[in-house]
Amino acid sequence: MEIIVVGLSHNTAPIEIREKLTFSDHQLREGLAHLLCYSGVREGLILSTCNRVEVYAVVEHAQEGFQQLQQFLVNHGAGAGPELTAEGITKSLYFYSDEDAIRHVLRVTSSLDSMMVGEPQILGQVKEAFEAALHQKATGVVLNKLFKKAISVAKRVRSETRIAENAVSISFAAVELAKKIFGGLEDEEVLLLGAGEMAELAVRHLQSAGIRNLMITTRTYHNAVELAKQFGGVPIHFEDFPRHLGSADIVLCSTGAAHPVIQYDHVAQAIQRRKNRPIFLIDISVPRNIDPQVHKIDNVYLYDIDDLQSVVDANLSERQREALHAEEIVDEEIGSVQRWLKSLEVVPTITALRKRADEIRTSELSRIRSKLAQLPPKEQEWVESLASSIVNKLLHHPLVVLKNEANSSNGSLYIEAVRRLFHLDEGSPQIESLPGDAAPEAPSEEKPVEED
Amino acid sequence: MNVLFFKTTLVLYFLGTFLFLVHLASKKALLSRLSLLATATGFFFHTIALLTRMMEGGPIPLTNFYDAMSFFSWALVLTFLLVEYRYRILILGSFILPLAFLSLISAAAVPRQIQSLNPMWQNVWVLIHVSLTILGLVAFTVAFVVGVMYLIQERLLKSKRFNSLYNELPSLDLLDDFNRKAVILGFPLLTLGMITGAILSENIFQAYASFQPVETLTLMTWLFYLAMLHGRLTVGWRAKKAAYLAVLGFISVMLTVGVNFISKGPHAF
Repeated sequence: MEIIVVGLSHNTAPIEIREKLTFSDHQLREGLAHLLCYSGVREGLILSTCNRVEVYAVVEHAQEGFQQLQQFLVNHGAGAGPELTAEGITKSLYFYSDEDAIRHVLRVTSSLDSMMVGEPQILGQVKEAFEAALHQKATGVVLNKLFKKAISVAKRVRSETRIAENAVSISFAAVELAKKIFGGLEDEEVLLLGAGEMAELAVRHLQSAGIRNLMITTRTYHNAVELAKQFGGVPIHFEDFPRHLGSADIVLCSTGAAHPVIQYDHVAQAIQRRKNRPIFLIDISVPRNIDPQVHKIDNVYLYDIDDLQSVVDANLSERQREALHAEEIVDEEIGSVQRWLKSLEVVPTITALRKRADEIRTSELSRIRSKLAQLPPKEQEWVESLASSIVNKLLHHPLVVLKNEANSSNGSLYIEAVRRLFHLDEGSPQIESLPGDAAPEAPSEEKPVEED
Repeated sequence: MNVLFFKTTLVLYFLGTFLFLVHLASKKALLSRLSLLATATGFFFHTIALLTRMMEGGPIPLTNFYDAMSFFSWALVLTFLLVEYRYRILILGSFILPLAFLSLISAAAVPRQIQSLNPMWQNVWVLIHVSLTILGLVAFTVAFVVGVMYLIQERLLKSKRFNSLYNELPSLDLLDDFNRKAVILGFPLLTLGMITGAILSENIFQAYASFQPVETLTLMTWLFYLAMLHGRLTVGWRAKKAAYLAVLGFISVMLTVGVNFISKGPHAF
């Protein structure tokens, strides 16, 4: 039994292939059902995002599983259109099994394999993929455990590293700076000068950070009214803006003017009227629309687009550093998943062993049933309890050793040995023929070995 | 017995200070938890040390430098732990703990015998006078610390250096708010300390004030903080200016305390 993953991502495949290979909700349901039809595939899960398409499975043999999953993806690609050749898909695929597969799941979920390391969406996408597979009953003990683990590792990475902490876009960087100055943003007032895509994005981010009061002004009053309607703000006549600077805590400037619109005197007067309450000016226009000299005034903080970009750059390299921490956490957790998988194999072995011993006991007892019947009931009970106590005593030590060794490096060897010695992989009908003789011998051989 | 507790506290505060300072340089999460743990454990032993000291020395333990500094340090750490618990500003420890440690080790440097006091000092008003004044000083120390933090953060924001210190330090608004709260709390404490002092003085010397250097300086410090409060409420002495004022006020406090060393009289240690 092995965990494998076959897939492609932004690291291996261009967008042209990725976008065609994605699974829609409907295709996902069909795909999962289809996946389980392959012989040897015990459990399956499909993760499909805009940056990756991956199939996870628990299979009997890794090599066979790899081929089946590859075929599965090629078939799916063929359904998407003729441009997607089998060769094109196969070239971009990666194949992982066992430890590498476990590491891959943990890294993907923790956003270490993402295009933007630390981005938060992937965790939600993995959760959705897991729930979809769960809903289709495509996952079993192993994948359930694996994905629950992956989700908890991702949360641990989030809380123990700063991988997702700092802003990596210009408008988020502006919001974070605002928070460093004002703390909470609920009571702060924003003045937007001009319009533009980036300014509007910044306003949206500020609003989701708690900003409620927004004033908007543009050269033409009509546009300001339109924008104000769109964002739930108050429109202001452009020539009035210096007067409103006094009540604005955050000023976003993005006009297309060729010269500074906000002059030194404007801000100096505003700060006086504000009784030294800090004012945060963001100039995202090129050429700059706010006189750079205003930064020299006490309690005035002016940042232009280059400043914000440098924040973003610094945060990105911080993320790279934090990613190393996260990799350590992933390495730690791989061990715990592997230990669990190993113990998983020993549990069915133990159950099978108990069952086999019990079958022998009952069949031997039933063989002498007629002779037993001649004894008084009390003595019949003694014989029966003698039989079960021999079985239990005989099995006790092998079971203890099996449980203890399951997590050692020889664990699979012990499990394999027990399975062969007790014929656990064969069907039970053979009890009468070979095992009838072999079974009593095998434990007696094994016992002295184990006790040494 | 309480010497042992005292020394344990000293070691733990040293450890806390050390870890907090290391934490400034490298920001391992484990390190910050350890420093907090050392501080909290230290505080526990410190409390026991103070209690056992009280049992040994009777109900008025604050009449020498040793006890006064020990109590000051204790209240400072308590304030830090409370603020950290409520607002999660761990980096405050990197500033407060060194001060707490320094005041405690300066206490360790002086004789710690409980002197057989002149009976005129064995008065519950002395305890109230001293502890109110010390608590006022603690509040002004906190105002100083957050003022320094404000100035650092302000400098980082102005110079656009977004380093790890910038990340750790809280927002300007929060620091300014703490500054305001600390002064608002410290001022009435100092005022009450002065009033009880005047009452004591009247009882013992039949004069509300004897205008020793320490009393004069305290009055100046008090006027300074009064002006600071007034300025904040009326003409906008907030933000950067308030941070500078808190630092200046603390210097004035230090001067006043320092004068106790060279002067003679009821306030001399």
